[in-house]
Amino acid sequence: MNKQKSIFSPVKAWKYLLRKPVTVLKKDIFDNPRESSPRYRGFHQNDWDKCLGCGTCSRICPTNAITMVQVDTLEDKEGYKKERPAFDYGRCSFCALCVDICPSDSLNMSREYLHLSKQAESFYFLPDSRGIHGDTRDRGYVRDDDSELLDLNRYEMELEPVDRKKSFIEIVRGFSLEKALAESARCVECGICTEACPAHMNIPEYIKSVWEDDMKGAVGYLYKTNPLANVCGRICTHKCEGVCALGKRGEAISIRWLKRFIVDNTPMDDYEEAALSYVTEKVDGKVAVVGSGPSGLSCAYYLRTLGYEVDVYEEKALPGGVIRYGGPEYRLPEESVLKDIGIIEKSGVHFITGTKVGRDVSLEELRDRYDAVFLGTGFSLSRQLRIPGYEHSDVKYAIPFLGQTRDYLRGLADMPDIMEKVVVIGGGNVAFDVGRTLIRLQQRKYGTDHVSIAALEHRGILPCDKEELEEGGEEGLKGHFGYGPDEIIITDGKIIGLRVKKVISIFDADRKFNPSYDESDSFVIEAGQVYIATGQMPEYEYFSEEMKSMITIERGQVKVGAHGQFENFPWLFAGGDIVQGPDIITGVANGHDAADGIDEYLRSRKK
Amino acid sequence: MNEVKLFLGPQHPGMHGNYSVHMYVDGDIINKSRPTPGFLHRGFEKLMERRLWMGNLALIPRICVPEPDINEMVYAMGVEALAGIDVPEKAHWIRMLVLELARIAVHTMSLGFIGGPTGMYTATYWAIAQRDLILDLFEELSGARIYHMYIIPGGVRKDLPDGFAGHVLEKMAELETKLPEFGELILKHPVIHARAKDNIMLPAEVVWELGVTGVGMRSATGLANDLRKVKPYARYDEVEFEVPVAVYSDALTRLNLKFREIYQSISIVRQVLEKMPADGPVNVPVSPGNALRWTVPAGMVYAAVESSRGEYGYFIVSDGREKPYRIAVRGASYPQGLLGIEKYLKGYRIDDASLWMDTMGVCSPEIDR
Repeated sequence: MNKQKSIFSPVKAWKYLLRKPVTVLKKDIFDNPRESSPRYRGFHQNDWDKCLGCGTCSRICPTNAITMVQVDTLEDKEGYKKERPAFDYGRCSFCALCVDICPSDSLNMSREYLHLSKQAESFYFLPDSRGIHGDTRDRGYVRDDDSELLDLNRYEMELEPVDRKKSFIEIVRGFSLEKALAESARCVECGICTEACPAHMNIPEYIKSVWEDDMKGAVGYLYKTNPLANVCGRICTHKCEGVCALGKRGEAISIRWLKRFIVDNTPMDDYEEAALSYVTEKVDGKVAVVGSGPSGLSCAYYLRTLGYEVDVYEEKALPGGVIRYGGPEYRLPEESVLKDIGIIEKSGVHFITGTKVGRDVSLEELRDRYDAVFLGTGFSLSRQLRIPGYEHSDVKYAIPFLGQTRDYLRGLADMPDIMEKVVVIGGGNVAFDVGRTLIRLQQRKYGTDHVSIAALEHRGILPCDKEELEEGGEEGLKGHFGYGPDEIIITDGKIIGLRVKKVISIFDADRKFNPSYDESDSFVIEAGQVYIATGQMPEYEYFSEEMKSMITIERGQVKVGAHGQFENFPWLFAGGDIVQGPDIITGVANGHDAADGIDEYLRSRKK
Repeated sequence: MNEVKLFLGPQHPGMHGNYSVHMYVDGDIINKSRPTPGFLHRGFEKLMERRLWMGNLALIPRICVPEPDINEMVYAMGVEALAGIDVPEKAHWIRMLVLELARIAVHTMSLGFIGGPTGMYTATYWAIAQRDLILDLFEELSGARIYHMYIIPGGVRKDLPDGFAGHVLEKMAELETKLPEFGELILKHPVIHARAKDNIMLPAEVVWELGVTGVGMRSATGLANDLRKVKPYARYDEVEFEVPVAVYSDALTRLNLKFREIYQSISIVRQVLEKMPADGPVNVPVSPGNALRWTVPAGMVYAAVESSRGEYGYFIVSDGREKPYRIAVRGASYPQGLLGIEKYLKGYRIDDASLWMDTMGVCSPEIDR
């Protein structure tokens, strides 16, 4: 380095005077900050209208920076929690995993670089869509399809329609282990489902148990709140899936099928041990349960977990009520029902079948013999539809028909007398059960099927489950939706069809049920039999006149206080369809609640 | 003999990160030196066992702050090997783009930081300015300047933003016009020559003794041992580049190699942008389900990449659950930054200690982990 340098070499430095500087002084950096990139991961913004309060952001957060905070000013909305995420910027690492996993798409980050404050608490804040500085700046980092961290699609399984309508074999195959693990891995454990479930089942917990391959633990979670796990794993109305956080952007988790997977795949020893682990010794107190439907069975089981002796009175030859005589075999196989009832029997519940309270034994006698009585008699009668021709002997009703079909498949009764062309009236799940059962019976008897279904409601507002509509259509059910029954046409003593007319509206201006029709749009559906599935009614023969005068019955349902306790008869409790309805899981919830009520009542009496 | 104990760091302009060397000196000659790591010890390896496979994304870039992307890359490579995932083609190319931009940024900064020990801060300012312009690119790509959290197991987080390739090419062209000035200012400067030439020696024997990799190894042994060449990952086998080597490793040689590697990286970046597929997915999920429940099949794997300082690897053990069972980090600066200082710093002058830190390539958090 001894080379002599030119005397002009210092002048070289002057060229930098003309260069554009890389570092620029910005004097108004706070008011007019440097613009950040469109993807910048700045501060959080959260759209409160969209946010579910599910807390998935707080669970993915690697730094525990997110706390879910109760916000009481929010409206009550089903499927939404009144909680919103608050961010601690002392911990946040600005990784934006919370944004990428947000099931509701409410969360994003802003393009703000700076937050300066002397108030330490301002670094812990609850953002809404206006962000930390209360103004709506440009959105920065947002989730897109590439950065998605949820698994939005269901893992499916079902039989082909061609095969399935020829038999009563259960149509849903159930998950394989691999699929069940994959499906259970989609759950974000928000627990919104638990709030929506009438029985408040521990859904995230049992799904997690499936994911951890701890089937015994899963059964334990099921029996905490629901002793009819086999039944509900198949035919529950699954309100949980309706509110599932995953359903906001993708498909809800198959909660019902996972429940079914648990009950079908747990070894029987483990199953029994877990299911009976809550059952205790019979200590004292005897309780009678009237009716062995979902609410009665649930009440009986939970009374056994509380140490009471329980007798269940059932009118029919077999216990189970609607699950034994209602739900169709292709949805609810006999062995599932037997498994549930078997566990309840093993818990020490005593069934007295073929005994109708009100006929063979009176309610007063039960009152004297037992410490408390639970009524879960359900809606056991079909509601009549008084249209011209309704008294014809080929007008059939859903409840006896479904019951007879189940008995027929059990080998206890003859096949119901069905004709080649039939029509079903009704748009609920029961109507579809009837229609699809008829298809199967016709296939068995005639080799073909021809079942029409007419409902007041048009396709969009049918009260049945979406899958009933889809699967029924696949099986060949001919739907006439938005058409109300007008007249059963009878020629020479035989039914030849049902005349229907177009429905204009179902409810009148006062929101009362009062359908109006377009008389000009009517036609005849060809049929030799008419099956009516337009609703059920209760039967209260067991109430004496004196009792009836002290009980309020509204729209067929009895008025009760907390835990289903009758105000004027503290020893008497009720649940299920005669109190709340309309589904099995509500019955289960009522039964459990009443068991707690009975326990409270009996313990308070002892003091 | 009058021995005095002196502390270099943890806060010192010549020190890299929070690291400290205790020197026992006689006059200005170091008789004995004791490296004192641990100021940046946050228990990374242990913390990783408590976080989800995806959640670790926020933690791992911090194991080497100037060059965080190598952490994301080795972690992703390891997880992908265990899970048996095929990364989409485009993701491979995007990853290479990120890694090479990071290499350019960290080498530029490393060249400039020679200003600390030599007192020539112009170099530092220039280097930091150039690095910041590359960080602008990272901000545009990933949404963050330093901790990109962009390379994830299964691919990369998002596709390239519109116009990104153009911005990269502009930046590369600009850098190429600036680099000769760096050469003039740093590599040909008499002051630097006086300090760096024939100083801070790294003989080949020491390379083998301590396990030095990267620029240190290549400058001392003449071996072109670059993992991108000898064990290619991503799509490094589909791009052309040279591995600069030397057989005499003093501080100046190592600076020169870094400088030449910057040119190679610029060339790789251009090839990547040319060969990258225009469309296609950029990631695949690690396992079914959401990121809270991603699991990685049980097993163990060692994944390594060529960082700016040498072989950088993660040894990952999974027990099949949603969190790693154990992750061990092979920090590339461990041999020279910890063992080398302990054993071979003696005999040098006090002011050479920070030159050691600078030119050997030491990143203290990867020693501390």
